[in-house]
Amino acid sequence: MGLVLLVVIWLITLVSTYFFVAKTWWLPAGASAAAAGIDHHFTVSFYLMGFVFVAAQLALGYLVWKYREGGSSQKASYSHGNTTLEVVWTVLTTILFVGLNLASSSIWAAERFRAAEANAVHVEVTGMQFAWYFRYPGPDSIFGLTKPELEDASAGGEAALGLDTHDSASKDDVVSGVMVVPVNREIEVILRAQDVIHSFFVPSMRFKQDAVPGLAIHMHFTPIQTGDYEIACAELCGLGHYKMHGILKVVSQEEFDKWLAAREAEKQ
Amino acid sequence: MATHESAAHASHAHAAPQGFIRKWIFSLDHKVIGLQYYFLALTAVFVGMFLSLLMRIHLIWPTATLPFFGEIKPETYLSLLTMHGTIMVFFVLTTAPQGGFGNYFLPIQIGAPDMAFPVLNMLSFWTTFLGFIVLLAAFVVTGGAPLHGWTGYAPLSALQSAGPGEGLGADLWITSIAIFCIGALMGALNFITTTLDMRAKGMTMMRMPLTVWAWFVTAILGLLAFGVLLSAGILLLMDRNLGTSFFVPLVTVNGQLTGHKGGSPLLWQHLFWFFGHPEVYIAILPAMGMCSQLLSVFSRKPIFGYKAMVYAIMAIGFLGFMVWGHHMFMSGMSPYTAFAFSIMTMGIGVPSAIKTFNWLGTLMRGRIRFTSPMLFAIGFVSLFVTG
Repeated sequence: MGLVLLVVIWLITLVSTYFFVAKTWWLPAGASAAAAGIDHHFTVSFYLMGFVFVAAQLALGYLVWKYREGGSSQKASYSHGNTTLEVVWTVLTTILFVGLNLASSSIWAAERFRAAEANAVHVEVTGMQFAWYFRYPGPDSIFGLTKPELEDASAGGEAALGLDTHDSASKDDVVSGVMVVPVNREIEVILRAQDVIHSFFVPSMRFKQDAVPGLAIHMHFTPIQTGDYEIACAELCGLGHYKMHGILKVVSQEEFDKWLAAREAEKQ
Repeated sequence: MATHESAAHASHAHAAPQGFIRKWIFSLDHKVIGLQYYFLALTAVFVGMFLSLLMRIHLIWPTATLPFFGEIKPETYLSLLTMHGTIMVFFVLTTAPQGGFGNYFLPIQIGAPDMAFPVLNMLSFWTTFLGFIVLLAAFVVTGGAPLHGWTGYAPLSALQSAGPGEGLGADLWITSIAIFCIGALMGALNFITTTLDMRAKGMTMMRMPLTVWAWFVTAILGLLAFGVLLSAGILLLMDRNLGTSFFVPLVTVNGQLTGHKGGSPLLWQHLFWFFGHPEVYIAILPAMGMCSQLLSVFSRKPIFGYKAMVYAIMAIGFLGFMVWGHHMFMSGMSPYTAFAFSIMTMGIGVPSAIKTFNWLGTLMRGRIRFTSPMLFAIGFVSLFVTG
């Protein structure tokens, strides 16, 4: 029985480790400035914790085989433990865990403790059952007023956001069902939700933040690669949660300017 | 003192009940109540498993129409998910290790004739049972079971118009959890009092089996956590039915104003996870205690580092109340708070690692007997290391 356990425990350990080493199921390629740092920390954590995981499992398999009844050891040795060993592994584990935490702190701080740069592109992202809308402030750089009582989800676009068309700042606001942003510019995202909590998740940008009714949450990221990326709602928001996703289109600055100008022209 | 103690014990001792109803249904005997909890958990685990099978079948054959059940629509799937999670977390993971095994073995292991408050013990089981029935009732009411997930995030869980199942089904879901909390609070009081007051002569705290330490610390966690969840549940019921706005700000659903304003969805998350994270330890600490005892017995030697294990259980219990924010990193709470929660969370890994090392140390130089309980205990260590 000891041998069977050893084989089973070691086999499960090695097979599961293989899937991580071979990266069978892995993150999509990172396409934001922060992605490299996040992925690096992720990989370092996996190596360190992977080492502890494999070592502990191998030890467990070995010990149950080695000290089985009827094996080479005939008598159990009477012991209440070893204080030195306890101190050593407590200190080592503390260094490992606290160290990992401190190593990640700069990544967390860079995205959240610092405000967006002055020339960042501002996009207001609004989640509602079960769609995303993206609003750009237009040439005046000011978002116009929105009023809950004006919201009409079935009409879509500006009406879905309840944009007050009498407000002068709202005249040049552009509302889109697709999020278009320029590459290599910081994007300041202002997250809102109308009804329940949604979560704005762009796996390729390593970016996730909840959109909470009653709050306007500011976050920023810098896309460094053009292309289309999936936006998925990552917070259970009702029966249509499974189909609540959108597209993030990262384009060149010229294309972005052209696209925005065309939307402005459509409004006039 | 000795006289006082024996008098105290005598008052808890009771003659064996005679009739079927007093013996098996409204029993005051901790062993029978333990079995009742255990069979309630066993029933719940089968119900929960059936729900997860339905979800799996749907994932494999999304368009299939099931006999007696019909088509699994998106809202049906979400209600299966919600009910599966709730049944498993509350009525299995919380009920079996603490209510079941704890009630049965704690008095025996500390040399007490029964739990401190046998009537309270009976009441706590039947309250929990009532909670289970109320939860199941959500399946059969108009609109069906709620779809807001086992965490019940507001405003989704607070607005009747937010989706199917968010009507009476959601009210029953919250009521069931509130009833469960009352049962768990009564149980926690009983466990704490029994452990503190009814140990046999000579059984000092540091001589208690690790199982007893685990049930004791779990009971303290339960006392602090379920009270908060109970209050949160009552506030949520008020938001849904009495027009208050604890958790709901000014929101529109399908362009319709809901009449709420000023509430905070994050408040629900704070209150829920203040319970929800300790709940993780409420579920696992008793299993850790049992595992320690089994590994020690079937390795034929004492537990490696008993004191370190006791301190680890205490540390897990203490730190368990300071890490709830790690469920809310992306929720919109202050990123500075998240930083503190993150350090605490990594910190709680330390006592967990100590436990693993000590389990390995217990196996070392032992003479291991591969009985069924021992195989489960070894499997537990492997699974725990896996995470």
